[in-house]
Amino acid sequence: MQPLVQLTREPLDRDALVAAVSHPSVGGIVVFEGVVRDNARGKQVRYLEYDVYQEMAELQIRSIIAEARQHWGVEHVAVAHRFGRMEVGEASVIIAVSSPHRAEAFEACRYIIDTLKTTVPIWKKEVAIDGEEWVEG
Amino acid sequence: MNIRIRYFASLREIVGQSEEVLLVQEGGRVADVCALLLERYPRLQSVMDRCIYAVNRRYVTPETVLHDGDELVFIPPMGGGGPFKARFSVKEILCNH
Repeated sequence: MQPLVQLTREPLDRDALVAAVSHPSVGGIVVFEGVVRDNARGKQVRYLEYDVYQEMAELQIRSIIAEARQHWGVEHVAVAHRFGRMEVGEASVIIAVSSPHRAEAFEACRYIIDTLKTTVPIWKKEVAIDGEEWVEG
Repeated sequence: MNIRIRYFASLREIVGQSEEVLLVQEGGRVADVCALLLERYPRLQSVMDRCIYAVNRRYVTPETVLHDGDELVFIPPMGGGGPFKARFSVKEILCNH
């Protein structure tokens, strides 16, 4: 199956991603959902703003998924990342991975989110009560 | 030759636009454009020191030679963090991609 990759300004649809990786042959589905927190490094966060280099981000995400599929043999993967302004509690990223057995799905999902965070050109600005800053690692 | 530069995140806010086309000498490298931009926008200095580079949507080294019509993007650090960072440097990750 072609992996589903979405980069969108719209709220993310968890159910659609889970449906995209559901298949009679899978025995487990792991979903990671990153949500906007109301605090960071002692600051009170009002909202987040994400910027993305869309064309390259999509290529990078597809290459990370290809690596995960090769390494753990997971067949079905869906990744969605939102950009623009996001309020506290909203999902900024959702990753769904399914496989016949749970161990591979957990590991592949962990690999995808960790690698995505450090190598995919997507940036986060924290807008706090007393100022704003682009977050760097 | 013409090189298309696109700006994101803090770079976009500093230069006040999301893209521009620069006239660059034939044979120019990524590092040359970097120097050119620092002359034009001195306030880029601190973030530029932490940037990596992409040409036509692939990560490259600063020695990469540019060609007419290339799209060059300076990529500031991404807001990653987490345990992955401690185990791998960004350079190692990029070499694997």
